[in-house]
Amino acid sequence: MRGLTPIVKKVAQLMSGIIFMYGIYIVVHGHLTPGGAFAGGIILAGSFILLILAFGSEVIKLRKEETGSSFTESLAILITIILATAGFFAGSMVFFNNYLPKGTVGELVSAGAIPLYNIFIGVEVAAAIVTIFLALVIFKEEEEQR
Amino acid sequence: METLLSIILLFMIIGAIYALHARDLLSAVIAQGIVGYGLVICFLHLKAPDLAIVQIVVETITLIIMVAVVLDSSRKEIKAGFTRGNIINMISALVFIVFLVYFFSLAIDSLHTFGEHPLRMAETYVKEGAEKTGAANLVAGILWDFRGYDTLGEATILFTAALGVLTVLRLRGKK
Repeated sequence: MRGLTPIVKKVAQLMSGIIFMYGIYIVVHGHLTPGGAFAGGIILAGSFILLILAFGSEVIKLRKEETGSSFTESLAILITIILATAGFFAGSMVFFNNYLPKGTVGELVSAGAIPLYNIFIGVEVAAAIVTIFLALVIFKEEEEQR
Repeated sequence: METLLSIILLFMIIGAIYALHARDLLSAVIAQGIVGYGLVICFLHLKAPDLAIVQIVVETITLIIMVAVVLDSSRKEIKAGFTRGNIINMISALVFIVFLVYFFSLAIDSLHTFGEHPLRMAETYVKEGAEKTGAANLVAGILWDFRGYDTLGEATILFTAALGVLTVLRLRGKK
């Protein structure tokens, strides 16, 4: 995949970090402000997609990245299920039980296990969207090489 | 508020109809974007910022992928003539629409008026959600505490979608 012009590359370089930080903010503050795992995860994936579209890459590197992102996705959803099962055994035999201490409402570290779920599902959503995008790009490249 | 919503809905309907009839597929994709972004404004006016954020980001990424697909394949729409199969399809679609509108009108009669919903279960959520879950954002509290199964299902759907795309688009394994 070819990259784009230097102007687009420079703008993407400057913007992608800010977009990434915004995605992390939305995911981490999911239990305080509007947003959450799904919105923040897709914003995180957007920063990666912006970089890949602007700079372009070779098929071999893309395939390596695809392996990594699908591994991250599977690991994140596995950790989420393990957390939910831990709630089953720690509390009163309820799946998805909020067993950690609640803290005061409105602080960053509060709401028990909800921020943890938010973070891991955010990682899972971001990795899933990047995996789908990379699979489409690799398919197109391999089609052109034939 | 209802007049503003009606105006936005009218714009969305016009955009959808234009997307159906546009000769250039690229402009059809852009017109389809009107529907998504109009929905974002609707969500904001109905005081659902969580949904608005998700909708605007998903719409943007979908639009990028659709534009890439259109630029990669062809921009011209293939016109279908009046063959026998097409006419049968049209008639069955019309019958289906008539049935759908009839049953929708029956259902709408028994609904409550706009903006005045009875809150049987939601009342408890709104009152005690903050102290029971400890989350200041009530939506996050409901998603990850009261309705944890649903959210796990959503995440599983995304996981399955990624798996499906990887399986379908694997050229190497087909040999």
